Amino acid sequence: MSDGPRVLVVDDELQIRRFLRIALEANGYRVYETDRGGEAVQEAARLRPDLVILDIGLPDMDGLEVLRRLREWTPTPVIMLSVRDADRDKVAALDAGADDYLTKPFSVDELLARLRVAQRHARPESAAAVFTQGDVVVDLSRRHVTKGGGEVKLTPTEYALLRLLIQHAGKVLTHRQILREVWGPEYMDETHYLRVYFGQLRQKLEDDPARPKLILTEAGVGYRLAA
Amino acid sequence: MNDEHRPDPDALLAAIQRQEAREERGRLKVFFGMAAGVGKTYTMLQAGHEAQAEGRDVVIGVVETHGRAETRELLEGLEQLPRLRLEYRGALLEEMDLDALLVRRPQLALVDELAHTNIPGARHAKRYQDVIELLGAGIDVYTTVNVQHFESRADAVHQITGITVQETVPDSILDLADAIELIDLTPEELRKRLSEGKVYTPERVELAARNFFRTGNLTALREMALRLTAEHVDHQLQDYMDIKRIAGPWKSAERLMVAVGPSPFSEKLIRWTRRMAYTMEASWLAATVETTTPLSADARQRLSRHLNLARDLGAEVVATAGDDVAKSLLRLAQQRNVTQIVVGKPQEAGWRKALRHPTLVDRIIDDSGDIDIYVVTGDEPAGRSTGRLTLPLLRERSPWQHYLWAALLIVAITLLDALLISRFPLISYLTVGLTDLLVVLIVAGRLGRGPALLAATLSAFSWNFLFIEPRFTLQITRAQDIVLFFLYFATALIAGNLAARLRSQERLARSHADRTTALYALAHERATAVDMDDVLRVAVTQIGMVFDAETAILPADGDKLAHRPHPGGTLAVDDKEYSVAVWAFENHKAAGRFTATLPLSSAHFIPLQTPDRTVGVLAIRSRSGARPSFEQEQLLEAFAGQIALSIERELLDEAAQRNAMHQESERLFTTLLNSISHELRTPIATITGAASSLLDPQLGEHAPTRTQLATDIQDAGNRLNRLVANLLDMSRLESGQLRPKLEWCDVGDVVGVAVEQLDHYLAGRSLTIDQAGDVPLVRLDFMLMEQVFVNLLDNACAYTPPGTPIAIAIGRRGRSVVITVTDHGPGLSAADRDHVFDKFYRSANAATGGTGLGLSICRGLVEAHGGTLTADNAPGAGARFTVRLPAGEAPPPVQEAAL
Repeated sequence: MSDGPRVLVVDDELQIRRFLRIALEANGYRVYETDRGGEAVQEAARLRPDLVILDIGLPDMDGLEVLRRLREWTPTPVIMLSVRDADRDKVAALDAGADDYLTKPFSVDELLARLRVAQRHARPESAAAVFTQGDVVVDLSRRHVTKGGGEVKLTPTEYALLRLLIQHAGKVLTHRQILREVWGPEYMDETHYLRVYFGQLRQKLEDDPARPKLILTEAGVGYRLAA
Repeated sequence: MNDEHRPDPDALLAAIQRQEAREERGRLKVFFGMAAGVGKTYTMLQAGHEAQAEGRDVVIGVVETHGRAETRELLEGLEQLPRLRLEYRGALLEEMDLDALLVRRPQLALVDELAHTNIPGARHAKRYQDVIELLGAGIDVYTTVNVQHFESRADAVHQITGITVQETVPDSILDLADAIELIDLTPEELRKRLSEGKVYTPERVELAARNFFRTGNLTALREMALRLTAEHVDHQLQDYMDIKRIAGPWKSAERLMVAVGPSPFSEKLIRWTRRMAYTMEASWLAATVETTTPLSADARQRLSRHLNLARDLGAEVVATAGDDVAKSLLRLAQQRNVTQIVVGKPQEAGWRKALRHPTLVDRIIDDSGDIDIYVVTGDEPAGRSTGRLTLPLLRERSPWQHYLWAALLIVAITLLDALLISRFPLISYLTVGLTDLLVVLIVAGRLGRGPALLAATLSAFSWNFLFIEPRFTLQITRAQDIVLFFLYFATALIAGNLAARLRSQERLARSHADRTTALYALAHERATAVDMDDVLRVAVTQIGMVFDAETAILPADGDKLAHRPHPGGTLAVDDKEYSVAVWAFENHKAAGRFTATLPLSSAHFIPLQTPDRTVGVLAIRSRSGARPSFEQEQLLEAFAGQIALSIERELLDEAAQRNAMHQESERLFTTLLNSISHELRTPIATITGAASSLLDPQLGEHAPTRTQLATDIQDAGNRLNRLVANLLDMSRLESGQLRPKLEWCDVGDVVGVAVEQLDHYLAGRSLTIDQAGDVPLVRLDFMLMEQVFVNLLDNACAYTPPGTPIAIAIGRRGRSVVITVTDHGPGLSAADRDHVFDKFYRSANAATGGTGLGLSICRGLVEAHGGTLTADNAPGAGARFTVRLPAGEAPPPVQEAAL
């Protein structure tokens, strides 16, 4: 257990920290905690954690500010904790370099899934050339997409979107991040492009486009590819 | 009790009101005498000492010793308030310091000489008003007065002694008195005191003894004083009997009416009627008839003063209009059930009487029917003789310019006539006469009576001189021409007079119409005004227009008068004026200019009174600075009444609204508490119960049980989370803080996310989502709309048996996107359909708990998007909820990425 990934938990609520410690230690993580934003940056510099779980609302310093200070010197994955209705904060945090977020209350399963995705993306190894999820298979090297064995024809834009999601599989991408990557920075506010193209993608890739299991919508934030 | 013995309910009420008013008020004791020197002040001071000896707090407000030594000695030992020094026309004069006395607030104040007239600049014109204010403040007052100072006795005193009494008090002050002490002295004793120098200083003794203090005078005054006291005692007894319902000799309801006009003699009539009414215990009216004959400014003032006097003496003042005075008076008398009319005996010289048609009095007597008529003789009061004899034709004063115009017109027409006659010899002098007549008529109609008379005379003479043969002489030779000339003159006069009368009638009608219109406009505005602000604005403008005055309204602010006038006003109210307004407000009486209180103020302040309270003060300053006429005062009162009622109505509305809002919020609060406490307790109980079971070593060991308990905790937690979300949404909706963040969204996507959220909850049900192909993107707030569908689905699950299917359909209907959520449960009852969106409404077949907030929030959220949410039953299924979202706007075009 001593060589498990090190997690720094930054939250001012004792109960939350305790529950996170129990859950994380039970799953092989080494847990460090602090309740202050100011200390968090120092602790991160000292401990060099593999992951940071950061509450957006801290008493002494805005969680977003802590995130920015961390991002000045480390790419360590950061997962933000937030509450419902704070979608603006979530988007801001994601755009400022947070890797993912969790809305309180959340389950341990969700948390562990997010941590795994974040750790995976943090490793510099190149993504696999073939992505498989259910009966959907995407061969990135050949730009070839099949569903249930049959070939799926995608427009270049649809394919670009799918590839972007696959590169960040399991991780949330904000609208702005997607628009910047696929269309370019000057299209960052054209959210409706995404509604249209993800609608089309779902029609082509989902078993039941009305209840998507592959391309998930994060309300008010962005999209996530199930992983 | 049979009917004859039953007290008149009105009288009973009045008696009780007087009694009640007396209980809050200070008590008034009047030391009353027949003349100066009987020892009123002395007795009052003695009574003051006695009261002080009994332990009461006594202060002398003001006492005049008139240099009498025995009186001065009595001042010792009583606290005396310093007098107020006022400068008036360069002289420093002293008055009782009313304000200091009100601040000092003794239990008993001694105020000498009730009839005293205050110096201009003091708050009230008369000292008796000071006393009334003291009584109003709950301070008992002892005061002194002589019989000659009572309004109703002033005439009699004038007749007996030849002295005109200037300082008078209204008789009604005696009605305020709780006790009257008559200081009675025989005339001989008084004269003895006078000669001993106990009344006046030696140099004035002889003069006084010769004039006023003659035994004859004193005897008459004494009788008057005794009678006044007796009458008062009689009335007190009557009051007492009314209250105690002691059967007494109830008098029949006599009602007197006195005809009041501008004649100085009216004053006497009014006093006479008051005395009659008082002794008969009858109510009385003072009636005035407005005719088309305009009154001079002087006469108007006199009339107004007479009516005020009548009002002060307790009469109800009534004005009616009509050219036939006798008929109008009788009509009024019949309407008001008057039993006796008092009119003045006309004082006309014999020859005029002979010439005139039956006098007013004759006509009233002839047509009076059952009504008794008193004809009272009058004297010209001394020193008030007007001596003005005006020709009836000249009564309306036309400005001199009108006369000039009349003369010029006659000159012009005469020149024209001369020109015509010289050019066309066929035109005769008769034509000229008729043209002249026409001009006279025009002058009469346009310029009034006087100019018409002038025009008639001028034209008659110019006609004679220039056109009647022999021309250029005033002589007329032919008999026919002589007749013609006089006929012309008579016709011109009569026609002119008639035309002028028509004109003044028209004017009067117009001024009546103006008044009616103004009042109507205000009443109309009052009915349609949305708020108080509106009403006040209109009122201020209307009054300003009708009276040509600057006006302001100070509304009441709770129990106090607002410091700032309503912004619609045109009159600035400075601090000094404000204090006058406050006085009017607190004392419920008009104050300021043209009143007896604070008359030096530049504006007139009228309290806005409703039957229950004073709701503000109307301030008015006429631009001309003229005293308002009686009719203007009446109109102003009508306005004030209207405004007061409007304000009252608004205040009541506001209070009712506040009350309703308060009740509603209280009801909401209670319902919320009831609903929430249940909703909170259930999951909390689950969590605590499950957690304590987990802590139990035996139960905690068993793995399946542990899992079950943990799942229960999780479910309860989720339920709490949804509750909190709903509460937050509710409060945002209620507070109006909710601003949807609209962006282009795919409704299907929103539904999908909602379904995903409730995945666990929906397990075991078949859920179909049917989305038509042509559904456009809609601008909406993704998260709020997601909440709508979460709630709708949550609701569908809660009210239908487990396992029944739920169907969602998304389609386009014209310019809307329509989403229906249909379940296969029992459906909505009629009551459900009406109330399902009401806050805290819970259907009768609700299986589990619930706040009754979910659907209400849904509707609020959908409406915040400009959409609608309705509920009905789907044929062949259960309840169906339909969300309609506007989709009129086409989404912007989408372009492929440049890759």
